[in-house]
Amino acid sequence: MSGKHLNLKLKIWRQSGPQTAGSFVDYQIEVSPDDSFLEMLDELNNKLESEGKEPIAFESDCREGICGTCGLVINGQPHGPIPKIATCQLHMRNFNNGDTIWIEPFRAKAFPVLKDLIVDRSGFDAIMNAGGFISVNTGGVPDANEILIPKEIASASMDAAACIGCGACVAACKNASAMLFVSAKVSQFALLPQGKPERFRRVEKMVKVMDDLGFGSCTNTYACEAECPKGISVTNIARMNREYFLAKVKSKELEV
Amino acid sequence: MGWLSEALGSSIGKKFVMGFTGIGLILFLIFHLVGNFTLYGGPEAFNGYVHTLDIVKPIIRVIEVGLGLVFIFHIYNGIKLWWENKKARPNDYKISAKSKNTTFFSRTMIQTGSIVFIFLVLHLATFWWLFNFSGEPHEKGDAYYAIVVEWFQIPWYAIFYVIAVILLGFHLNHGFQSAFQTFGWNHKKYFPFIQKLGTVYAVIMALGFASFPIYFLFFYGGN
Repeated sequence: MSGKHLNLKLKIWRQSGPQTAGSFVDYQIEVSPDDSFLEMLDELNNKLESEGKEPIAFESDCREGICGTCGLVINGQPHGPIPKIATCQLHMRNFNNGDTIWIEPFRAKAFPVLKDLIVDRSGFDAIMNAGGFISVNTGGVPDANEILIPKEIASASMDAAACIGCGACVAACKNASAMLFVSAKVSQFALLPQGKPERFRRVEKMVKVMDDLGFGSCTNTYACEAECPKGISVTNIARMNREYFLAKVKSKELEV
Repeated sequence: MGWLSEALGSSIGKKFVMGFTGIGLILFLIFHLVGNFTLYGGPEAFNGYVHTLDIVKPIIRVIEVGLGLVFIFHIYNGIKLWWENKKARPNDYKISAKSKNTTFFSRTMIQTGSIVFIFLVLHLATFWWLFNFSGEPHEKGDAYYAIVVEWFQIPWYAIFYVIAVILLGFHLNHGFQSAFQTFGWNHKKYFPFIQKLGTVYAVIMALGFASFPIYFLFFYGGN
């Protein structure tokens, strides 16, 4: 089933640590078109190790597009040229023999490079800690369908919750803005009755932390939606803006 | 009022200020273009229009101050956003794929805006200043129309005017729909219409304003 092997030239960002300057290093590799992108990097790393060289540091976990750990900027596009997939779901058959592939880490002030292609995305955790939750008091298990939620509301919430927090929106945005991520997390809660009690505090705090971390502001270029592996819609950003305005006007907290 | 300045100074607040002032300027441009169409009615029509505005000068002055503030907020905030957004990505990508996932108009707001700003300064220094403070129109006896004709027949001025208003159209094409998205008015039913309306509006503004220098440079045969 496998076709002819591909001869590729890779230009990969190498950076030994957070404080050091990085640069692109050229590699030549022959891969099967059935390889996934990460398998290609695995093969390259095996080769490097066998030669006694330092392997390329990159992140991955589930390798089936649901964990959001992997994330490389491939020829300028986070998660590569195919829409609505994560880097781990990208296969080499989408490239041509003789192609040059540029592989860069996500670049943002709020996502500092730790090593090679690995960036520190703990900023997203800080945003989630600020309000990306529902405070549930313990008690009896509620009956199913005790709170009726219309199907379209539940679906809209689930669509927002499909965000895997990979950070491709930040990587794609020319302003390194995290608004698609934050708006997805705000929306998934704000849409449901269970999320309503804390909706104002949530959006105020999450936006505050997002701003403090040094993410940019949205200028509605919609690059985030185009590059999102889960196809999260920018209508979530509109919803977050509405939530934010409402919160600022109606909440009784003078300081966030 | 600390909460208000904090809200307007946040990432979403700054977007809101851009959108809100942008909508103000969008409305202003409509009135400006409609008024300018009196140029096609000849000297009487245009001078009459200027005189009508003269009668309500105190009101016009108040509006001008408001408009000036809107411009200043829009420009100041825009430059601030651009600068902060630059800082949010200190090391840019080697390979850019921006043309694959964004429109040309949305990427170039700072560039089109800057050129429109230069145009605005020149525009105020010529027509607005001459009409209001130079005394030139009165000395020459109601020469408002004549001044417009004179300037538009200077090729470099006319050409720059046309280029600037076309870039203004680019700016408006993104700005119009962007403002609605920022206000949170993104709805499946109406947003595609808003996007089309924004493009139609931008084209009308660009062609409308560009038509004046083109007319006076190429097709105007004198009195």
